Amino acid sequence: MSKPMRFTLKIWRQKNAQEPGHFETYEIDGISPDASFLEMLDVLNEKLIKEGKDPVAFDHDCREGICGSCGMFINGRAHGPLPNITTCRLYMRHFRDGETIVIEPFRAKPFPVIKDLVVDRSALDRIIQTGGYISVNAGSAPDANAIPIPKPVADRAFDYATCIGCGACVAACKNASAMLFTAAKVSHLALLPQGQPERRERVKKMVAQMDAEGFGHCSNTGACAVECPAKIPLTAIAQLQRDFIWANLTPDPYVR
Amino acid sequence: MAEILTAPAPTTTISWREGAPIENNKCPTGELEKRWTRHKDSLRLVAPHNKRKLEVIVVGAGLAGASAAATLGELGYQVKVFVYHNSPRRAHSIAAQGGINAAKNYRNDGDSIWRLFYDTIKGGDFRARESNVYRLAEVSVKIIDHCVAQGIPFAREYGGYLDTRSFGGAQLMRTFYARGQTGQQLLLGAYTALQRQVAQGNVQVYYNYEVVDIVVEEGRVRGIIVRNLITGELHRVAGHAVVLGTGGYGNAYYLSTNAKLSNATAIWRAHRRGAYFANPSFVQIHPTCIPQSGEYQSKLTLMSESLRNDGRVWVPRTPGDKRRPQDIPESERWYYLEEWYPSFGNLVPRDIASRAAKRVCDMGYGVGPTGRAVYLDFSDAIKRLGREVIYQRYGNLFEMYEEITGESPWETPMRIYPAVHYTMGGLWVDYNLMTNIEGLYAIGEANFSDHGANRLGASALMQGLADGYFILPYTIGDYLATQLFVKLSTDTAAFADAEKDTQKRIERILSTKGTHTVDEFHRELGKILWDHCGLARNAQGLTQAYHQIHELQERFWKEVLVPGTGQEFNQNLEKALRVADFLELAKLMVVDAYHREESCGCHLREEHQTEEGEALRNDEKYAYVAAWEWAGEKEPPTLHKEPLKFEFVKPTVRSYK
Amino acid sequence: MEAKTVSPPVGWLHTTVGRKVVMALTGLFLITFLVVHLAGNLLLLRDDGGAAFNAYAEFMSTNPFIRVLEILLFAGFVVHIYQGLYFIFRERRGRPKGYARNDASANTNIFSRTMRISALVILIFLIVHLRHFFVEHRFLGSPLTMYESCKLAFENPWYSGFYVVSMVLLAFHLAHGFYSSFQTLGLIVNRRIERVIQWAGAAFAFLVPLGFAIIPLYFLLQTF
Repeated sequence: MSKPMRFTLKIWRQKNAQEPGHFETYEIDGISPDASFLEMLDVLNEKLIKEGKDPVAFDHDCREGICGSCGMFINGRAHGPLPNITTCRLYMRHFRDGETIVIEPFRAKPFPVIKDLVVDRSALDRIIQTGGYISVNAGSAPDANAIPIPKPVADRAFDYATCIGCGACVAACKNASAMLFTAAKVSHLALLPQGQPERRERVKKMVAQMDAEGFGHCSNTGACAVECPAKIPLTAIAQLQRDFIWANLTPDPYVR
Repeated sequence: MAEILTAPAPTTTISWREGAPIENNKCPTGELEKRWTRHKDSLRLVAPHNKRKLEVIVVGAGLAGASAAATLGELGYQVKVFVYHNSPRRAHSIAAQGGINAAKNYRNDGDSIWRLFYDTIKGGDFRARESNVYRLAEVSVKIIDHCVAQGIPFAREYGGYLDTRSFGGAQLMRTFYARGQTGQQLLLGAYTALQRQVAQGNVQVYYNYEVVDIVVEEGRVRGIIVRNLITGELHRVAGHAVVLGTGGYGNAYYLSTNAKLSNATAIWRAHRRGAYFANPSFVQIHPTCIPQSGEYQSKLTLMSESLRNDGRVWVPRTPGDKRRPQDIPESERWYYLEEWYPSFGNLVPRDIASRAAKRVCDMGYGVGPTGRAVYLDFSDAIKRLGREVIYQRYGNLFEMYEEITGESPWETPMRIYPAVHYTMGGLWVDYNLMTNIEGLYAIGEANFSDHGANRLGASALMQGLADGYFILPYTIGDYLATQLFVKLSTDTAAFADAEKDTQKRIERILSTKGTHTVDEFHRELGKILWDHCGLARNAQGLTQAYHQIHELQERFWKEVLVPGTGQEFNQNLEKALRVADFLELAKLMVVDAYHREESCGCHLREEHQTEEGEALRNDEKYAYVAAWEWAGEKEPPTLHKEPLKFEFVKPTVRSYK
Repeated sequence: MEAKTVSPPVGWLHTTVGRKVVMALTGLFLITFLVVHLAGNLLLLRDDGGAAFNAYAEFMSTNPFIRVLEILLFAGFVVHIYQGLYFIFRERRGRPKGYARNDASANTNIFSRTMRISALVILIFLIVHLRHFFVEHRFLGSPLTMYESCKLAFENPWYSGFYVVSMVLLAFHLAHGFYSSFQTLGLIVNRRIERVIQWAGAAFAFLVPLGFAIIPLYFLLQTF
């Protein structure tokens, strides 16, 4: 239906975590404008395999924008040239025919490269481990309607809970800060009544882990929110700041 | 005991042996309402100090796997979780949109555990166990309580109480939801609960590990073989029990709404080690998905079924009409659903709508670049109700459609086509969710237990979490209580064999160095299954499919081209191992579809339908679960029938009129 | 990678978030100082041969209360600069290997991207400025009045030019810093407040440096 497109791809190739990487240039032709960015890479890989070359490794899974796997840095931006989108939902019609596309892995010290465009993002899980939950065992919960939560509060909590953990915020930030990721979880739980018992400790522990992992500091440039596929607003960061200051400056009323 | 039903013939004809029927599925008897409670009370317990000594392996961290692992950790067992993702939060449960059913009756609309039970069993076209389904409805209530306590931001009313909505197959509003991302929110709840257990040291999660074999000794599970996907190393892992929460096998069709990595390897390897595979041909196909736009397409995206409330489905009356749809005059449009089903029109049930779309496309009326799509037109609704109302109802879906296709549904009709969505079949399990291999459990979509021949919307999340939070943690203790003094060892012949088998398989795939990529084989397999074991099946097509798959399988092992080595991060090798298993599974799917000479739920045998195309169930002959046993690569599978007894509901004809 | 436990009561100031708070608080303190300083400086524009300005300068350098504030102000500068330098040197730590292509202009504004450069220029300006006026008068006993000192300096096109350029960069610094401080203190709780703060920040970042820059230009233009 629509005219096939041609691209020059400059892709970061790195055999494994130990070896240094480099850019390789590939020419690719006959790409439908309706193909997704990942499907374009599929086509490239099929071609490379048939030529006896090593295909490009990249993370992907659901291909509908929710699993958070497909992180890559495309033409200088996390998840490519459109704001608030994942790579799998980026289509080739958003590029010019004949364009040179530079593809790099998400870069941050806590995100070591595994191969080519695949990075290890388990640092984000370790931040969650320090407190990104409500401590409740299965079976001990009261009736679901026992605690009413005003609709605006629930809606707002949802806005923060919708983070997909892709790491684009880290990749886009000039300091490689994981602030938006951490703040999204802190804010989600801070707004809900169920999150109150652990609220003070949670924010302190999660911030400490964020630093321990080696993420950079936040300097409020807002790049994260522009690239965030889940559209987590910057108010999450304000909420974390507020909670963090409050948790550290006010005396804990429950300490004997 | 085993007798060959069809004439012994080359392996390319469909044949199977009939084995002993399954007598004991551990289902309790007596009053339906008290069965689960009584059963729980009769289960053996493990004391807290002993729980620490028992190691449980959980494979997969979707809704079922993560919730089970977290809960087992809370109970004090030593849990090891293996995921092939780079984080347990990426499992495909995350993509579920609609919601989760629960018999809370918060609406005061007369809902009850009985009604949820009845709707589910009827929705499954009376091919599921009464005891299991009743238990599912019973624990559904606790799931919502627990998820709210975890901080899941379910939709609420202005008064602050939980909101619910209606969903297909029910006349009640019992579906709880969190915008269009219920699966994500529930999974993140289970994921964070899991992370809490990791922090407490009860659970260890191994990232980037794929299960490549199950180790069984004398009918008892001893552990698993995993492949470290980063380094390629194989590891032996021993456990007192193994829980498979590895999801469904819809990806056998290549194109489906499943995530790309979803695969059947764990359950298929378990099957090859002796676990029965139940109802493999029961596959749910969803009618409203965005169609394939070209050969390069890697997956299909679901569009909410609600669109059919206001959209009209049509195709041009002239096959191959190349005009823009908006230029085709009314008189030249064929509203085939309205014509074929005048009373239900565009709102016929999922399976009918799906099958009708396939029929018109087969007849050559399909639209779009591939000819495998039909129009879903909103122009009448926009005229009638105005843009504003349509925007309120479907705005986000229109935007999603436009983002993917580059076409605006405001100006041109959407193109839709059915796609594989969910597999009701899976490993056979008893009432305790244990397979016929002692100590090997299957939960969530990986088992066959609760949905019969068709799953109702918003029931998959319910089942995954029911299994993980509230069923398995009780029933597994009954088995583990017998394993207290078993010393774990990976230094056994069974482990060595399993590891060697895997090693050989990997070497064989890598050394083939053929001419075709794995995806090429996978696409071909998908097409065969879709054409002959998809929306409608018949004996001739299934026989043909069986031949084609067999041939494809032979070609695969001769012509597959996988680059790289086994000692590195090699995504194509991973894919090849999965597709090799899909090829074997596909044959069993075809056998199962062929053997079941009736139509039920998703399974429409063209030989068994009314003149109007309605499914004709045969309760006399086929009211059973077909549990298949692996008999070897060269041997036809053995069929074990588990008869389905309906003591409390009377199977009726599902009517669409 | 174990998280360090943060030791009370000031340990939290060593976290990246804590340091950010220090940066914001000192930043806001310096912002208030800018207003006071500008108010005084505008006396230079009064056509009284510097009488009012000199009186003000005299008051500022002798009043004991101001002298205490002066120490605080100095401390504010030192802490703000120290934290800033810490962040500058830390910046690369989060991403040792940079991107080959980075289209930062697509998701950030120029002010936030140039904080380091603007900070550096303002620091140089500060040193020159202090040396020229503060050190000269307070410690070296300059024979000139403060007004004469200013007039002399501003009539030099090089000095005035440097001053104006520095004020442009101050404007850049404030354009991000003003908003950023409020965000860091967690005060931007919703979109509406965000818009208000952004407007206020833009106005402040434009008007205050403009006010400062007018003064040297006024003196310079009189020489023609």
